[in-house]
Amino acid sequence: MKQSTMTQTTEATLATAPDTEVEELVLNKPTRRYWAVRMISIFTVLLAWEVLGRQVDPLFIAWPTQIGAAAIDMIHSGELVGAFLESMKTLTLGFVLASIVGIALGLVIGRYRYVDASTDWLVNALYATPLVAITPLVILWFGLGFQAKLFIVFILAVFPVLINTASGVRNVAPHLVDVGVAFAANERTIFLKIILPAAVPFMMTGIRLGVGRAIIGMVVAEFFTAINGLGALIIKYGNQFETAAMFVPILSLMLMGVVYTAIAMRFERWVAPWRFTDSD
Amino acid sequence: MTIMTNDEEIVGTRPAHRRVKLGVRKVSKTFRIRSEDGKTQTHLNVLRDISFDVEENEIVSLIGESGCGKTTLLRIVQGLMRHDAGAIEVDGHAVSGPGRDRGFVFQQASLLPWRTAQSNVEFGLEIQGVDPKIRAERAKQLLRLVGLDQAATRYPHELSGGMQQRIGLARAMAIDPSILLMDEPFSALDAQTREVLQRELLRIQADAKTTILFVTHDLDEAIYLSNRIVVLGARPGRVKEIIDVPFAGERPDLPVLRGSPEFQEIRQHIWQLIGNQSMPAHT
Repeated sequence: MKQSTMTQTTEATLATAPDTEVEELVLNKPTRRYWAVRMISIFTVLLAWEVLGRQVDPLFIAWPTQIGAAAIDMIHSGELVGAFLESMKTLTLGFVLASIVGIALGLVIGRYRYVDASTDWLVNALYATPLVAITPLVILWFGLGFQAKLFIVFILAVFPVLINTASGVRNVAPHLVDVGVAFAANERTIFLKIILPAAVPFMMTGIRLGVGRAIIGMVVAEFFTAINGLGALIIKYGNQFETAAMFVPILSLMLMGVVYTAIAMRFERWVAPWRFTDSD
Repeated sequence: MTIMTNDEEIVGTRPAHRRVKLGVRKVSKTFRIRSEDGKTQTHLNVLRDISFDVEENEIVSLIGESGCGKTTLLRIVQGLMRHDAGAIEVDGHAVSGPGRDRGFVFQQASLLPWRTAQSNVEFGLEIQGVDPKIRAERAKQLLRLVGLDQAATRYPHELSGGMQQRIGLARAMAIDPSILLMDEPFSALDAQTREVLQRELLRIQADAKTTILFVTHDLDEAIYLSNRIVVLGARPGRVKEIIDVPFAGERPDLPVLRGSPEFQEIRQHIWQLIGNQSMPAHT
């Protein structure tokens, strides 16, 4: 039982846990157990990928250790870090702009019925359109540089933020608005002190949903412009049939998506802890 | 309550030597309702010529079967809803619309979930533009009164239903209203918590000399808490009878009180007035 490979120590922990834990820790155990299972699962998949990947023509697939080696090369040459920072720059700036504009427009649309009625058809149509389709047009407008990418990230991320903010403003629980009315607050005060804070969790949901779309927008834009960023690296190594090197920016994008979504979810919980009491 | 008016004329509308805090004068309310096919409109008389007084330092309950418009009436008194005819007078002045002279306690506590308990209690004062130091002081004082000074920094979702309702009470009392309006405040609580809070309300009311108009559908609650009970009939909502409850001053706890013959008598009487199968009498 005291051998030191990872799987065996986890199994040992699992086996002894019920006897050694003090009673108050019992509540935590399932979570720890799930994490152990998760680690085993990750390890198994990586192992299977490594073994099976080596059986296939390296043109079609790369395996983990090969990708790791390619990543180290690309980090040493500075290529990966440069592309990563370039992509992060586009993503962050575009996304922050989308959040600010989306929240501002969402508040106006949610508050004023007439604005809502005159714009909802357009908002819904644009939200439903796969806006990456207008990328060639955007490149015509802004050229192949940073601006085109920024615009595409922005236009993809802005709608979920806008729509969720507007629906948050519209769907504030009437009994909370009643509190403001009962205490003789005027309309402006009710908006600022009740409707606005009540809509914050909806804004956060919009932001979290926007992250995924922003990343898609960024990659597609970089495919088209193919000058820099992680998307450009994918195209470059794809064209050179260097499959292992192509996987490096793909996995970086995955990491970026996971980290960004996790941050957004944390932020959502931090801003509106009362929405998550049931699931906790 | 520290609000004082030297308006002697108000005294004497009733034989008791107490000031009338709230006067409901021939209040009527009609809802327009679309018929099932959506073509014609019918008028539903929800309240017709409702009149009664609530005097200083008194608890008056509004009771009646569901649909008798008791909550509608309370919302009209608060100004959350408009009435078609009649007048609402607070401290002798006719009011229309919400005002600082009335504090409202909601059925579900309706605390603002992004505010701490103390900040919720401060809400009404904040709207009135009271200085932050003064309102913090006042909020702490009220949290002490409702027995929750330890919970000042907690958020509503961290509080039990009973605690939330105490905060709701403190929030309404913080603005120092002439009268507290309570809309079935304990109906969502479990029986035990409800009895604790009923007892607490009597203590707080005695401490703070509060005047309360209390809506409930619970006969025991009405009898236990009230000096007087306004029994409403349904369709249209109208005053059937106003009953004086004789257990003045120190009351025994509800379970003890329930056993007394007077209690049973009043209960039986109200029950017959309402004549509702959904409220069977205790045996």
